[in-house]
Amino acid sequence: MWQRTKYLRKLVPEIMASIKAIRKDFPVLANNPSLVYLDSTATSLKPQTVIDAERKYYEQVGATVHRGVYDLSQKATDMYEGVRETVRKFINAKSTKEIIFTRNATEAINLVASSLAHQLVSGDVVLLSEMEHHSNIVPWQMLKERGGEIKFVPLKKALRQPPPAPPLLRRGIDDATLDFSDELDMAAFDQMLNKKVKIVAITQMSNVLGTVNDVKTIIERAHKAGALVLVDAAQSVPHMPVDVQDLDADFLVFSGHKMLGPTGTGVLYGKAAILQEMPPFMRGGDMVLEVTKDGAKWNELPWKFEAGTPNISGFIGLGAAIEYLQKLGMENVWAHDQELSKYGLEQLGKIEGVNVLGSTTPQPLLAEGGGRDATTFGRAAIFAMDISGVHPHDIGSILNSQNIAIRAGHHCAMPLHQHFGIPATARASGYVYTTKEDIDALVKGILKAKEIFQ
Amino acid sequence: MTETTTPSHPSGASRQVPSGRGADLAMYQENILDHYKHPRNSGEIQGADHAHAANPLCGDELDFYLDFDPQGKVSQVKFTGRGCTISVASASMLSEKLKGMEKSAIEKMTNEEIIAMLGVPVNPARMKCATLSLETVQQAIGHH
Repeated sequence: MWQRTKYLRKLVPEIMASIKAIRKDFPVLANNPSLVYLDSTATSLKPQTVIDAERKYYEQVGATVHRGVYDLSQKATDMYEGVRETVRKFINAKSTKEIIFTRNATEAINLVASSLAHQLVSGDVVLLSEMEHHSNIVPWQMLKERGGEIKFVPLKKALRQPPPAPPLLRRGIDDATLDFSDELDMAAFDQMLNKKVKIVAITQMSNVLGTVNDVKTIIERAHKAGALVLVDAAQSVPHMPVDVQDLDADFLVFSGHKMLGPTGTGVLYGKAAILQEMPPFMRGGDMVLEVTKDGAKWNELPWKFEAGTPNISGFIGLGAAIEYLQKLGMENVWAHDQELSKYGLEQLGKIEGVNVLGSTTPQPLLAEGGGRDATTFGRAAIFAMDISGVHPHDIGSILNSQNIAIRAGHHCAMPLHQHFGIPATARASGYVYTTKEDIDALVKGILKAKEIFQ
Repeated sequence: MTETTTPSHPSGASRQVPSGRGADLAMYQENILDHYKHPRNSGEIQGADHAHAANPLCGDELDFYLDFDPQGKVSQVKFTGRGCTISVASASMLSEKLKGMEKSAIEKMTNEEIIAMLGVPVNPARMKCATLSLETVQQAIGHH
């Protein structure tokens, strides 16, 4: 049974009260006192501890990793490899061998796609979903060059027809009865699974809909069909507890900068047995044990996949970010997110002409057979809106005039917007430092925009 | 086109144009909103010079149709499309400006002239919205 309400009753009042204290940890908020930051789905703000950790490395250590016999290099190595252990614990991987450091989630997906490409033959299928971010579509498209086929699991509702052709100047959706709620069609997924499907790559949390997909069930079924599964956890890992062993994911990727960490840090989790068989992605220093003029012998996992001097300070910062999140507790982070989601949907739902994409009820999206625990399903505080009569760019500019930062555009999910028959949306999103007052400011800003366009 | 020594991102983010949050609200002046809500010269012209251009970043699309008289001057201009206030207002205002202009003069028009025509401050992030109209028109006559 669903236990979310239990979580919320217990934790949310306490969390909401502590947001004020949390906000003090974020210098960008202190330096921009009137800022209403609602673009955390794009990138999160960073707490002082993360900035301090990076600074401390540069001020007190400075040396590179895995090289020198001298103390400072050893210290740098200990700090950097210590973060690998922090990441391992955070997502409950079996071994640090399974934690590969990359630039971001995008690079992690490129690594897997490039490396697995060697194993694919003509006619093999990669199964994606219609709600994927471009970074979980475009890297797979290169497999088409090898004769592979890309298929998309649809959403439940029929594709919306694009608006009538010119000469109508369409400025927004005028029909207030339009339904923008939708979710993954699990029945279609089952139908599309067959022996030809070699890889399923799917998001755990949509960066547009806020929807949480039942990846555990997806992985279970994909494994039965003999396919490997890559989970795009770029949105889920920052917002909810994720356990790679519980999910039984073959690969799981995320970015540090969306979870309070520095930009230029990303993680690829992969099962050791699978990574072992995969050829390296980038080649160069540090990923080799021995080099001759004729060839090279690859280093062990995880370093086989980490060529060149890494982003040492960045990962030390990521370690501090994870420690910050662990102090808050990921269950609390998720409970706060759900409370914000509920409040946001209620408040935005009151504005005429505002349609939020994805589920608009605060109820969890239960997969067939019901949910497993309180953290498997639900809806993140991500509100991608179609606003009748007002273009997303205009909403973005008018909100900016009130120092409210949101994203306007397709949020790197063009196929998903095509599904809904709209080119773009205005997206507001929250995180650990987001308050109900931020949502109130957003609502006020939207009302102001509507007034201008009346 | 604006001369730049470094490549500019399609979002316009790297362009050096004065901006500021105050400028954002100043974009939505009455005449701009009027052109947006009631675009002039909306429609198509069969058999005329035509081009289609889009800004994939936001899904804005414009189609421009231009007819020329025997003296080589624009006799009729129409456009269709969809977009934000700035892109639609820019297309509407440009359609009025084009009448009677010679092709060579249209070819020489610059983005700066479009910004001046709009008469409101345009944030760098919105520059592409403002100049999509001129891009479409110059493509249309180039295809002749």
